[in-house]
Amino acid sequence: MKTAEEIVAIIKAALPDAGVELVPNPSPSAQHSLLLDPKSAVAVASFLRDDSELALDFCSNATGVDWPGKEIAEKVKVTKLVDGVETIVEETVKRVEPGYLEAVYHLYSVKHAHREIAGPVVLRMRTGNRADRVQLPSLTPVWRSAEFQEREIFDLFGIVFTGHPDLRRILMWDEFEDHPMRRDYVDPDDYEYEPTPHDEVLKRAEANKAEATA
Amino acid sequence: MSATAFKTYPPPVMEVSEEGDELLEVAMGPHHPSTHGVFRMDVALDGERVVRLKPVFGYLHRNHEKIAEKASYLAAMPYTDRLDYFCSLTNNWAYALAVEKLAGLEVPERAEYIRVITAELTRIQNHASAIGFLMQEMGASGTPLMYAFREREKILDLFEELTGSRMMCNYMRFGGCRVELPSGWLEKVKTVVEGLPSFIDETEALLTGNEILMARSQGVGILKPDLAVNAGVTGVMLRSTGVNYDIRKVDHYGVYDRFKFRVPLGDHGDIYDRYMLRVLEMRESVEILKQALKDVPGGPIMDPKSKIRGFRPKPGEAYGRIEAPKGELGFYLISDGSGNPYRYRVRPPSLINLTILEDMCLGRNVADVVLIFGSVDIVLGEVDR
Repeated sequence: MKTAEEIVAIIKAALPDAGVELVPNPSPSAQHSLLLDPKSAVAVASFLRDDSELALDFCSNATGVDWPGKEIAEKVKVTKLVDGVETIVEETVKRVEPGYLEAVYHLYSVKHAHREIAGPVVLRMRTGNRADRVQLPSLTPVWRSAEFQEREIFDLFGIVFTGHPDLRRILMWDEFEDHPMRRDYVDPDDYEYEPTPHDEVLKRAEANKAEATA
Repeated sequence: MSATAFKTYPPPVMEVSEEGDELLEVAMGPHHPSTHGVFRMDVALDGERVVRLKPVFGYLHRNHEKIAEKASYLAAMPYTDRLDYFCSLTNNWAYALAVEKLAGLEVPERAEYIRVITAELTRIQNHASAIGFLMQEMGASGTPLMYAFREREKILDLFEELTGSRMMCNYMRFGGCRVELPSGWLEKVKTVVEGLPSFIDETEALLTGNEILMARSQGVGILKPDLAVNAGVTGVMLRSTGVNYDIRKVDHYGVYDRFKFRVPLGDHGDIYDRYMLRVLEMRESVEILKQALKDVPGGPIMDPKSKIRGFRPKPGEAYGRIEAPKGELGFYLISDGSGNPYRYRVRPPSLINLTILEDMCLGRNVADVVLIFGSVDIVLGEVDR
């Protein structure tokens, strides 16, 4: 199995326009990942699948990760006029680092399964931010195994996969509106609240009461 | 809320097939007896023929992943038992393996042997029950399933003595196992394992040449190898198409390298092959058990570096996977250096093996759908998580 660095070099040699960079993983597992530019992701994925040397024909796992925006407080030295004298004053400046959503894919090769001990090849794609630009290209046309898993990411994280053949909610019900795996999700008091006829009766009773007392 | 907030359902519309016949839409499930729990298939039928099949999930969804992300690493361990509640010990192992990769823990030899023994016992009882359920769905009410459960009972008794629980075992820990083997346990395992070949022979004598089984399952639910690999199908389902991919052989995890066993492969990718493969895998598991029981080494059962309390792996991520009885069970973990996982993901074999359910069922009869679905061998606790 090739290391992640070698795979980046192979992709860059074959597809010079593709945006690929290495994301190192400091943990003892040393499963480094490739960060793909969403624009060229489908081309890179097809290349990884079809290249006879790599033959990553098996997409084992696809999942999402939510990285919310962080507020970072930094101390900055600023020169200011204090009582007519220029002095250096420390000020804390707050900077918001924008968050993003991430889709992660773990690839293996079934064709070359018995050649060497192989770790997964990890692909990542990131959205522009967490609110409005949450579109990523779907890799289901490349690996069918992503079909249900991308639906799950859409359901639980809210990433919209363009090019997915059947993007619907999979675990939550269709009328559900939020995305529960996001870090800032607040669960409702009653999941199963539905308007009942009783609500109407109560409202009318209250209106009648108000009319009677007025 | 106004009265219009009420959901109104449109009257059922009969679609028309390409040939101009009216299509009948049937919801199989969520309480159909063949769905092994709460699972629905929205089937469109042209007469008796399936022209569309959409699986509907989520009736058992409890967001296992979110709960695990809010708890400590160890607190998720008993919860993994509830994923595939037939195979809690292999679930434990997959999670422990992922955390061991994340934290760089070594597992002592004795613990590795215990893990192999418990995992292979789990595989045998899972495959035995899977065959029993398949026969149940074929109309052989009760008898094959009860034969399977009789054998499963003996294995569950062993689990109870070892872990204190028959199904929710919660036995493995990061870097080893929870408790030392009870005295005389290995002898009892040997007795049970010695009895297993005669049970498998009995099952085969009843079923393998059975005319009804052959008529109902041969050439039904055929899966092609290219599609199976592309759709991420794993386990018996994948090997029944002839693809040689067993993670015990591919990843060399645990101490599987030390044992001689073969990987049975199918030829046609139909239901009969899946039945046959389960039988053969049970035989191979018996072989592994015999070899493993011969030389269980002494020594500690926990890595001295691992900590039960205050376990905080360094920031990073890891994906660990094993060959669970139902397919590839993987856990993907991201650590941010705190006491609970930043991201905890289960790769459920049961859910992903259902991706190709529609492809296998198209053009078949309704009665075949029940069999095809039964041959996938799923547990809804894992599908919906």
